[in-house]
Amino acid sequence: MQTTWAYVSNYFVYSAMAVFSISFISHAFETAFAVRTPENADSTDGNLMTKTLDYKRTERAARIATALMALGFLLLLAGVIARGISNGHVPWGNMYEFSITGALAFTGAYLIALRKYDLRWLGLFISLGVLLTLGTAITLLYRDSAPLVPALKSTWLVIHVVAAIISGGVFLLANVIAGAYLYLDNLERKGGRPAWLRRLPNLEVLDQLSYRLVAFVFPLWTFAVIAGAIWAESAWGRYWGWDPKETWAFITWVAYAAYLHARVTVGWRGRRAAWLCIFAGSTFLFNYVYVNVWGTGKHTYSGL
Amino acid sequence: MSKQIEVPELGAFALMRYAWVQLTSMRTALILLMLMAVAAIPGSLIPQRLTNPIAVREFFKSDRDLAIWYDRFSLFDVYGSPWFSAIYILLFISLIGCVLPRSVEHYKSMLAKPPATPKNLNRLSHFQEFHGSQESMNRANSWFAKNRFRVRVDAETISAEKGYLRETGNLLFHLSLILVLIGVSFGSLFGMRGEAIINVGERFISVPTSYDTLAFGKLSNDGSLSPFQIKVNKFDAKYDPKTSSPQDYTAWVTAEIDGKSSQEILKVNKPLTFGHTRVYLQANGYSPVVTVRDSLQNVVFQGPVPFLPQDGNLRSIGSIKVPDAKPSVGFVASFLPTNSRTTSQGSISIYPELLDPKLLFSIWEGDLGLDSGIPQSIYKIDTTNLKQIGLGSVKPGETYEYEGGSITLETVVPWVNLQVVRDPGKSFALAGGILAILGLLTSLYGRRRRIWIRIDGERIEVAGLAKNSAPGLENEIDKFIRAIKGEK
Ligand code: HEM
Repeated sequence: MQTTWAYVSNYFVYSAMAVFSISFISHAFETAFAVRTPENADSTDGNLMTKTLDYKRTERAARIATALMALGFLLLLAGVIARGISNGHVPWGNMYEFSITGALAFTGAYLIALRKYDLRWLGLFISLGVLLTLGTAITLLYRDSAPLVPALKSTWLVIHVVAAIISGGVFLLANVIAGAYLYLDNLERKGGRPAWLRRLPNLEVLDQLSYRLVAFVFPLWTFAVIAGAIWAESAWGRYWGWDPKETWAFITWVAYAAYLHARVTVGWRGRRAAWLCIFAGSTFLFNYVYVNVWGTGKHTYSGL
Repeated sequence: MSKQIEVPELGAFALMRYAWVQLTSMRTALILLMLMAVAAIPGSLIPQRLTNPIAVREFFKSDRDLAIWYDRFSLFDVYGSPWFSAIYILLFISLIGCVLPRSVEHYKSMLAKPPATPKNLNRLSHFQEFHGSQESMNRANSWFAKNRFRVRVDAETISAEKGYLRETGNLLFHLSLILVLIGVSFGSLFGMRGEAIINVGERFISVPTSYDTLAFGKLSNDGSLSPFQIKVNKFDAKYDPKTSSPQDYTAWVTAEIDGKSSQEILKVNKPLTFGHTRVYLQANGYSPVVTVRDSLQNVVFQGPVPFLPQDGNLRSIGSIKVPDAKPSVGFVASFLPTNSRTTSQGSISIYPELLDPKLLFSIWEGDLGLDSGIPQSIYKIDTTNLKQIGLGSVKPGETYEYEGGSITLETVVPWVNLQVVRDPGKSFALAGGILAILGLLTSLYGRRRRIWIRIDGERIEVAGLAKNSAPGLENEIDKFIRAIKGEK
């Protein structure tokens, strides 16, 4: 029974990967074919700036790409739930499970943000990122379903991890946007964006957007850290012990507080703010990869 | 909160004032925050005495010179180091210096009316003008009242403001960080932490000598121990048969405090609580119960001996020291709950439960050094000055005879490691944490904005301003204007 559900989960994850791949291809198709060389232009001069964008031609590809992202999200959601059923507990016992849930949160953050902002241009990178995460998870990190060790059996685990994973998804999205900001800013300094990037929002919008995302999710991350402390208190007899995982959660928290300060009180914008945002996001990623894989401490007993 | 100021002429007071203004400036706060993030990093990359003393010792063994340098900079105790403390103390001084004046200012501005309407509304964002009458102004006034704006009504204009809660939340957040810090300091000054290994069937009495390790905060001492007793009646560990990974630990205990006793169940996530003191189930292992006799069949040692687990299948090591034998003997032993032989590794345990237990040992004769005054591990024997006189193994009920005596494995009982912690500051820290989240929510999701309206004959002007260009003002102004015009 248990193994059947694990298989079901794997099938869902594999199908989600297939769907994300097609979505990636559609995004790429859309991005590539929207660029059109005007008839009157000299087709040999190769100057990208003379090309224009025509999204009418690719509207359908774009809509398919987004629909596939949503489908992939649903399949992955089913995969995560099936994994939970096969374990008999929430699917956050090891790094494989964190990864698939993290990819789910990341896709979810994108899809939700998409309803408010026109972010379809990001889909190319998002689908690629999700594919890489799932690919690594299933090839390198896969572990059989297993019961949780006693310290992990706690409602606080569920609460703590849900909050942390959602925060992580949004932080990463903010990072991708800050990265896009820096990239486009570079291009604009050198002369301008090539046609296929002209559809992206202007720099100011990107700048605001990554800030909004961070400001939106910072309270949740604060909550995740506090929920972790409450859990640690009941499992290990101390709510804070400077275990590497805790330390890095703290570093991430302080780094984002610095970022918010830099924006709200000292008035940082643009490049400097984007770099600070990326620094803060990297501390989150580092915590996830480094501390789980190579670190020592109480959080590493998940057998990855 | 201040702009960069010029370096003033020297003078002690001016200098201090200058330092204070600099310290409480936003830029300093930002730098300190970033420093704090960076300063916390080494502690997670270099082993810390607090969390991993063994790794620190190994570091000293493998690279002594580097370790000595690290130690000079407190790199093995980052979170208690002078430089880390300096950063957070400065940060909190800066925080207090910044937040207290802001709180006073904020309190005053909550009592005051919003500032007067600016002269030229058409230079402001969301500016609109249209026809209207005094009736429109009345409608505007009641709309503000209904939506709980705070207003300043002048002759031909109303200035309205809403969203003070944002600033209140922000102040609450910063103040509650101070509360968290107070909680943490209080806990470390007045707290205590101890550990004890108890064999199943034994009673633990909370007095200083019963603890294996015991540490008190700077302002706390022996006298503050909570006087409880715990008898461990039964312990049960469940493992996953496939992977040997633990699934559940349960200890059934009789707890006694102030003459009242009660039956309790102790689990990993379920500590026992005696006032501020909590008792946690931390680890477990096995104690072989052995009897050692001398050549005349006199019992020279009897009782359970806790062994230290080495792996997931609870292969454990330990030592049995018998100073009362003449000459004294010691057993360097390992215990296997489910023993099995492999050609590559020798004897190992293949499952953590007691399916086929076995005790293996080598026997050593000579001075065990117990009176030498040097503290000794209870799990190890230093054999350099001893002579080996035998090598054997026993299963429960069996006796092994050697030249000069015999050893019998009577049975095996589990032991549990109880961690006893008193942290009187933790409820402050928790309260601080909860208030911090509430403060953050109101601060980050709150929108502070102003709306102005002015009547000039038949002409009505409206404008608005949102702090931090928070979204949503446009909609709100649209609604406002519809209300003024009497549309629904
Ligand atoms: C423990 C260190 C600190 C942390 C974690 C922290 C965190 C934060 C956060 C998360 C915000 C919200 C930003 C936003 O509204 O988007 C904020 C705002 C602010 N903080 Fe801090 N802060 C700290 C120390 C300080 C210090 C030392 C000062 C003063 C020198 C300060 C003054 C302010 C001010 C003025 C705001 C802006 C309020 C507003 O207009 O929204 N903070 N802080």
